[in-house]
Amino acid sequence: MNAQATQLALGSPTLSPVRTWIVPRWIGQSFAVTARTLFLPLLILGLWQLTSWRGWIAPQILPAPTIVWATFVELIRSGDTPTNLLISLERVGWGFLAGGSIGLVFGILMAQFPSFRAYVYPSFTIFTQVPALGWIPLLMMFVGIGEALKIIIIAKAAMVPVAINTFQGIRNIPENHFEVASVFRLTRLQVVHKVILPAALPSIFTGLRYGLTHAWLALVTVELLASSEGIGFQMVWGRQLFQLDVVIASILVIGIVGLSIDLVFSLIESRLLRWRRAAF
Amino acid sequence: MSISRPIPIPSTPLIRRAAAFQAALRRPDYRGLYLPAALVVLWSLATYFGWVDTRILVSPLETLKTAWHLLISKMLWVSLGYSLARDASGFLAGSIIGLLLGTLLGTSRLADRLISPTFHAFKQIAVFAWIPLIAVWFGLGEPAKIAFIALVVFPPVLLNTFDGIRSVSRDYIEVARAFEFSTLQQSLRVILPAALPQIFTGLRLGLIYAWLATIGAEYFLKAAPGVGNILIDGREKFLMDQVITGVAVVAAVGYVFHYLTARLEKRLLSWRTRTDVP
Repeated sequence: MNAQATQLALGSPTLSPVRTWIVPRWIGQSFAVTARTLFLPLLILGLWQLTSWRGWIAPQILPAPTIVWATFVELIRSGDTPTNLLISLERVGWGFLAGGSIGLVFGILMAQFPSFRAYVYPSFTIFTQVPALGWIPLLMMFVGIGEALKIIIIAKAAMVPVAINTFQGIRNIPENHFEVASVFRLTRLQVVHKVILPAALPSIFTGLRYGLTHAWLALVTVELLASSEGIGFQMVWGRQLFQLDVVIASILVIGIVGLSIDLVFSLIESRLLRWRRAAF
Repeated sequence: MSISRPIPIPSTPLIRRAAAFQAALRRPDYRGLYLPAALVVLWSLATYFGWVDTRILVSPLETLKTAWHLLISKMLWVSLGYSLARDASGFLAGSIIGLLLGTLLGTSRLADRLISPTFHAFKQIAVFAWIPLIAVWFGLGEPAKIAFIALVVFPPVLLNTFDGIRSVSRDYIEVARAFEFSTLQQSLRVILPAALPQIFTGLRLGLIYAWLATIGAEYFLKAAPGVGNILIDGREKFLMDQVITGVAVVAAVGYVFHYLTARLEKRLLSWRTRTDVP
């Protein structure tokens, strides 16, 4: 692939045979990519459909893909899934906003003030070592199982990677960048704006991305545990009614949201950090 | 040959600063203890003066007592044993799947192209979302818990095995070809050592995830003896001291895994540090 590309770029020394493509090359290539991407999902889907046609597995245990699809469409059309998803997204939004900003501030403070770090970092490590599932029972006793619990858990999940990545991003800035800044007599604010932010931005972005992914994960966890609405609840509800089609449709929605979060973030990332590429 | 004499260190401001820094590193830093200590003091005061409902928030002393009782009781250790056994079986199953699939995807371009896109989409599904499905397929017993742990463990192992194998330098393979290594020799002498650090990272991550998954499985897949059960039980009976002890045990086990694997990694891969200094 690569060798081929370089050869194309350099121009092949020998006379290349004239190729007559009936379809443009890129269409052929993207078709091949699509085909091999869809190969496994289609295979699984085919086998799945086959098992339900032949009745190898009871529909109570594995409903047919057609039924799952019908349920999926029905859940969207009836407004059940959109309503639940909106509630879930709102929770993630608030949790991520709170956790992300706390993490950002925390990371910056830890990186900029050594004494703050000395006082706080050990406690922070312990705090991060205890998984969210450990905090849930404790928090439940304090704040109950209401909205506050969910937001706090989501915020915690988002805060940890943001804080760590911000902290490390700033700490890894080479010392001589700051020396240049002091030669130019930049003010503290200017240092933050012109040196720290651009240099640490990629790392901060990684943190935010992980933070949002973790927030989504935490949302599903808390909603499974204690909720009366939301996409996680929809799943629990489906299970209680032994409607596996609802469960699988919900998993599908959760996967799609997870995938979109990842896609959107990589898109924003490559756009915001485009200036970096020009340097290389 | 002259006898090497210690070189006198000149005293410049920079060197003095470096020496001071080194001394500071050697001196234990107690500042990190202030915050937890303050919290405990606040906690004691709050329970002592009754600022909070002491039926919910018991005093630190009471918590320590409960913790001590749990630590000398058989119940805690039996639960821990069950949890660790579950953790180990799930980790074993998940890491074997991860290693095999990772090797397959790492060595075969075709498999990579066919399977990787699906795997990356699959990975985006929040793991806990599988719980209801697993519960229906495997029941609520031990197989379901182990299946869930394996499901959590295999992606990081797979990804790191894949990356490890893919990052083996082409030069190494060329050398191996020049020496006419057999496929087995090439795998054992070239690919495995080169990919091992990354594979180890994956296994390490897998082990840490496995512990979280164990607690999660015990949490969601209903009662069975285990550390997760201590937490659930404590919460249902509003025994804050028991919950805190349980959380501390969970965190301690996680920390021990973290520490032991870091040590093991250092020891197993110590031969590496000679060649590439970070």
